[in-house]
Amino acid sequence: MTTVVEVNGLTKRFGKFTAVDDVSFRVEENTIYGLLGRNGAGKTTMMQLLTGQQFASDGSIRVFGQSPVENAAVLGNICFIKESQAYPDDFKPRHVFESAPWFFQNWDAEFANRLISEFRVPVNRRIKKLSRGQLSAVGVIVGLASRAPLTFFDEPYLGLDAVARQIFYDRLLEDFGEHPRTVILSTHLIDEVSALLEHVLVIDDGKLIIDENADTLRGSATTISGTKSTVEAFVGKRTVLHREGIGGLSSITVEKLDSADRTAAASAGLELGPVSLQQLIVRKTSIPEAEFGAQS
Amino acid sequence: MDDSRPIFLQIAEAIENDILAGNLHEETQVPSTNEFAAFYRINPATAGKGVNLLVDDGILYKKRGIGMFVATGSQARLVKKRREQFEAEFVRPLIAEATKIGLSQAQLVSMIQAAPIHEGDTV
Repeated sequence: MTTVVEVNGLTKRFGKFTAVDDVSFRVEENTIYGLLGRNGAGKTTMMQLLTGQQFASDGSIRVFGQSPVENAAVLGNICFIKESQAYPDDFKPRHVFESAPWFFQNWDAEFANRLISEFRVPVNRRIKKLSRGQLSAVGVIVGLASRAPLTFFDEPYLGLDAVARQIFYDRLLEDFGEHPRTVILSTHLIDEVSALLEHVLVIDDGKLIIDENADTLRGSATTISGTKSTVEAFVGKRTVLHREGIGGLSSITVEKLDSADRTAAASAGLELGPVSLQQLIVRKTSIPEAEFGAQS
Repeated sequence: MDDSRPIFLQIAEAIENDILAGNLHEETQVPSTNEFAAFYRINPATAGKGVNLLVDDGILYKKRGIGMFVATGSQARLVKKRREQFEAEFVRPLIAEATKIGLSQAQLVSMIQAAPIHEGDTV
């Protein structure tokens, strides 16, 4: 596989605040990545760095083998859809779609027209007058129809309704199948997109805490529930990701169990529960202890 | 798709179920990776991983330039594999639970014999 993005020791400071802290990773060609994390974790800064819209304080960035800053050869192959894209006053969606081919050499006008009618974008209304969802739809259409070799979607669907989001997922998968490319999708709706992702990057507090294949992550944690003493005895010295309890009952999330562990847990009368990608990320990016009525 | 297990395993299982139920006959073509991906709304690479798992198991085979086909004898092999899984995943936990609530083996057997079986129920 060809590496599209290579980042080493990347750091970005704003004054005393470190938004991205010594991050290293690679992005492989023709893969859909999820860039996940809490608000203010550093996702947008990371994407701005990768697209040459911010200068790194430290470390190196290689996109298609070159630095992206002021580099037309790199930027011409990138499409970056931001959460709130600003357009010139008096611009109409029609103008956006008509000017898109100037910037994106792979622009497919027919595909764009199909998306415009599916998302019901009023192409002749002033962009200022569009609803939040319609504005997001304009961005999503540009991101899909541009077919850029490296496409970033930064929280692309603020205000998009459930139907429109489903259209976005379906068209993304369909078009990705026919025209493979690298997509980096940043979102908070982890449950909705988890099946779309092949690889997951999780940023927390500026640091990269997960860089893993999505399928490896799924089923990489288990929740064990039962009476407090039994659960604690079984968990022993394992790494605890999350701990919950009420009265004499306890529920602890630990890392992967093998089949011998599972048999042992079952015969000890413990319940084993799955942990979804969203739960796993919530647990890895929040404070691990939460006990209610723990006076047992 | 449920979110708790690797999706490629679930895809492989879904194809296996179709073969077991006779919806996918031996020596017929199975949908392409992209078709699976679009239908189940999953990443095409993940769908490909599920299909490749079945190729490695000899359940599916590749005809170059045409696509994936169901291998001869795969239904019988899947039945054998699923029966082994059935024992590990259902029968043993069933016995463990029965023991926990003080059911003897004889009581368990008579309970199973008394339970209604719906002939129409399939996989």
